[in-house]
Amino acid sequence: MKRRSFVAKSSLGSLAALLGVDIVYKELIPSGYTPVALQDSDPFDLFSKDEAMVVLNDRPWNMEAQAHLLNDAITPNKFMFIRNNGIIPEEINEQAWQLEINGESAVAPKTYTLNDLKTKFKEYTYQLTLECGGNGRSEFNPPAKGNQWTIGAVSCAEWTGVRLKDVLADAGIKDDAVYIAYHAADTHLSNNPTKEPISRGVPISKAMQEETLLAFAMNGKPIPLVHGFPLRLVAGGWPASTSGKWLNTISIRNKVHDGEKMGGNSYRVPCETVAPGETVPEEEMCIIESMPVKSLITYPKSGALLKEGKSLKINGHAWAGEDEVSELEYSIDFGSSWKSAHIQEPKNRLAWQHFNATVSFPKKGYYEIWARATDSRGNKQPMVLPGWNPKGYLNNACHRIAVKIT
Amino acid sequence: MQEQEDTDIIFKPIYKVLILICIAFIVLGALAIYFYGPNQSQVEITEVDSELIRDGIHVRTGLVEAGGLQTVITNCTTCHSSKLIIQNRMGVEQWNSTIRWMQKTQGLWELGANQKVIVNYLVKNYPPLEKGRRQALTNIDWYRLNE
Repeated sequence: MKRRSFVAKSSLGSLAALLGVDIVYKELIPSGYTPVALQDSDPFDLFSKDEAMVVLNDRPWNMEAQAHLLNDAITPNKFMFIRNNGIIPEEINEQAWQLEINGESAVAPKTYTLNDLKTKFKEYTYQLTLECGGNGRSEFNPPAKGNQWTIGAVSCAEWTGVRLKDVLADAGIKDDAVYIAYHAADTHLSNNPTKEPISRGVPISKAMQEETLLAFAMNGKPIPLVHGFPLRLVAGGWPASTSGKWLNTISIRNKVHDGEKMGGNSYRVPCETVAPGETVPEEEMCIIESMPVKSLITYPKSGALLKEGKSLKINGHAWAGEDEVSELEYSIDFGSSWKSAHIQEPKNRLAWQHFNATVSFPKKGYYEIWARATDSRGNKQPMVLPGWNPKGYLNNACHRIAVKIT
Repeated sequence: MQEQEDTDIIFKPIYKVLILICIAFIVLGALAIYFYGPNQSQVEITEVDSELIRDGIHVRTGLVEAGGLQTVITNCTTCHSSKLIIQNRMGVEQWNSTIRWMQKTQGLWELGANQKVIVNYLVKNYPPLEKGRRQALTNIDWYRLNE
């Protein structure tokens, strides 16, 4: 026993020696967690991600899934995309972590520890779809700048926390409140301490929804560091950039929040549609709110070779931002004809819905299976790219997989 | 009983010396790791690798070896990864406006005459590809599926 504890201590001691400084709060470091300064450059190890995940960027870290990796009903951490704007905070002390509620429309600034949040307010768990606003950007033409996401910047995990609206009510909110803004502990890539990497938010109406959480757990465990440990704002169905990670402040604003990546072209699309490649003045860009209807075929993986006469079971997920998916169709003839798949009800509002179908093929050849979802307002996914926009957001074109019958 | 106590008396000083030697060893080892270990190997790796070009690609950054490479590395990879450059394909106008955006909001410095060098390098080596409204599926990894 004693020898073991000596070994354990000496390994942390040697970590400290390697760092040249003592590791503050080393007794609070969760087991299995490696301090950021010691992290090697293997992001799969670093963030406990599956090796089949695709790294788009290593500074800041951005990583996406592939369609077939997203087959689970609830996305596990290993298949959850990473979208970072800045540098992951290095020293997080859960015990000392505080959330401050402030802003022009706060009655008075108020501070909560994590323990306050967990003990004063009722806890809720929801499955919430988080999709990056730029998911699908790689397909736009002319190309749009930024991380070239293909289809894998979406997840639906189970988030546990307290309702933002309960905390706002407790803190006191003025009648003139328009927006809530988040501020967080991540730091700017330029290392300029006065700059925030990102500080976005949502209108009060979204903040007051039952499913908008101040979350401290994901899939029943503390939120992984890269996804916002120890506290994250989670606003399902909206661009995932509204779900601020490493949350330490909520400002109740009396105007639309003007933080980092709220203005310019960031997370905005032309208020009126434009021709591909057109220059759009800033004042004609509108903030993205609910994400559009979309679906993914997660089984089988694209590229299946199948014997003639065999039918194929397919399945996947569909989601529609604030709305529900009412129908899921598939086509094996490039949209000439569509058949209905079976689509389940969402587990809760803003959760993705699972679909499945049994597909049969008339004869040998190359096929593509296309999936098309329709939301409760009757909007369907387009087969070609939707409206071009300067930053390449909101690509909800149909997903398809290749199949060969031999 | 008497014998047992005797051995204890003889053993204890030896034990102390052994512990002292062990501690000295650990301290020296830690110092050696601290001063000569990872730092040195880190320096070696960067020195060897930073200039390496293989098959026309600058290995450390993955950028294409061409006129302007060093200017791009110096000015464009201080804040963000070269991966962000490589995956983006834009024309002169778009690169210039991206540079303006980085200067306005992200703390990028004035580039002066280097701006032209950088933008020329980018449009020459990472030109936009005509993709149309929907591309064919490519790089399909075919596998046998037995349902």
